[in-house]
Amino acid sequence: MTLYGTTLLAVCHLLGILFGELLGRALGVQANVGGVGIAMLLLISARLYGHRRGWLDAKSEEGVHYWAALYIPVVVAMAMQQNVLKALSGGPMALLAAVATVAAGAGCVALINRDEPVSPSGQAPK
Amino acid sequence: MESLLQKLAVENGLVLAFAVVGLVVLFSGAVSRHLTFGRIQGSAIAILLGLVLAYVGGRMTGGSKGLADLTCFGGLALMGGTMLRDFAIVATAFEVQPAEARRAGWIGATALLIGTFLPFVIGVAVAYAFGYRDAVSLTTIGAGAVTYIVGPVTGTAIGASSEVITLAIAIGVFKAILVMVTTPMLAGFMRLGTPRSAMVFGGLAGTVSGVSAGLAATDRKLVPYGALVATFHTGLGCLLCPSLLYLVIRALFPAHA
Repeated sequence: MTLYGTTLLAVCHLLGILFGELLGRALGVQANVGGVGIAMLLLISARLYGHRRGWLDAKSEEGVHYWAALYIPVVVAMAMQQNVLKALSGGPMALLAAVATVAAGAGCVALINRDEPVSPSGQAPK
Repeated sequence: MESLLQKLAVENGLVLAFAVVGLVVLFSGAVSRHLTFGRIQGSAIAILLGLVLAYVGGRMTGGSKGLADLTCFGGLALMGGTMLRDFAIVATAFEVQPAEARRAGWIGATALLIGTFLPFVIGVAVAYAFGYRDAVSLTTIGAGAVTYIVGPVTGTAIGASSEVITLAIAIGVFKAILVMVTTPMLAGFMRLGTPRSAMVFGGLAGTVSGVSAGLAATDRKLVPYGALVATFHTGLGCLLCPSLLYLVIRALFPAHA
């Protein structure tokens, strides 16, 4: 059933966020440490395990794929509620700090990725 | 009639949000095909349009949530909020090839560390150039350049003034928006094309919102790889900025007697 996939996704999401919170507490940080990343790793493992054991069928997977497909609309809705005014209120200093950070970051990414092939299809090199 | 529509919009907020966002994406796709001949991705235009609408909404209401502060568009706050955004990001993990992710694991972690130190140093340098000399303000502004959550968390932890915390948030939000807008333009320069390159980008660019929107506007297939790394960014920043990095800054800029 399609809902089983969504349930699996929801359980992984909740467990990941919970572990992230616990990790944050253990480290004495007032933030969730990688909860979403942990949830993603849980879901990847669940998928591999489910395929091997044969309890994850195509119908259930639809319940995850639908949410993955909603990703771009959700991101557009996120863009619609950014605090753009606040960003502009920081004045020249906020502008300079943000531009310099992004430029340096992009330069660094280009440096580390200098040997990567440019393939828009997302295909991995050998 | 007007009050009827208002009532309909408020009582069906999330459904209205699906309809509005869908129409914006549809419109952006048409602009992408007919005006830019596919050179600019539809999702990139949609995100840019979303930011413009957020600015208009902010102007109209004076609130902090862009278009979602207009009563009739309240559903956008749910649809684009942290809960559904993270839910959709986790769902994209279904498309991850584990071998790819494992192969790039160590470089992703390295990028994550550089992605914390580099923005912090730049933020501190800019703050210094603008006349800040006390360790608390310098650290908070440096933390703001990491992400807009790390800034206020750090500032609160080490006791920064509310003006400095506001400034740190502004820098972080600005950075997130810049990453959203510039990633598709810089994709060729950054050689964003493979899972490994996306993981490096996720670690260095930080800010989940910036990375998730930036990659969505560049190549949807790369999203899970970038997000996998980027989601550790805020946690790492909140760990390092108020502790290790603050101590370093305090040693470099001791309080004047």
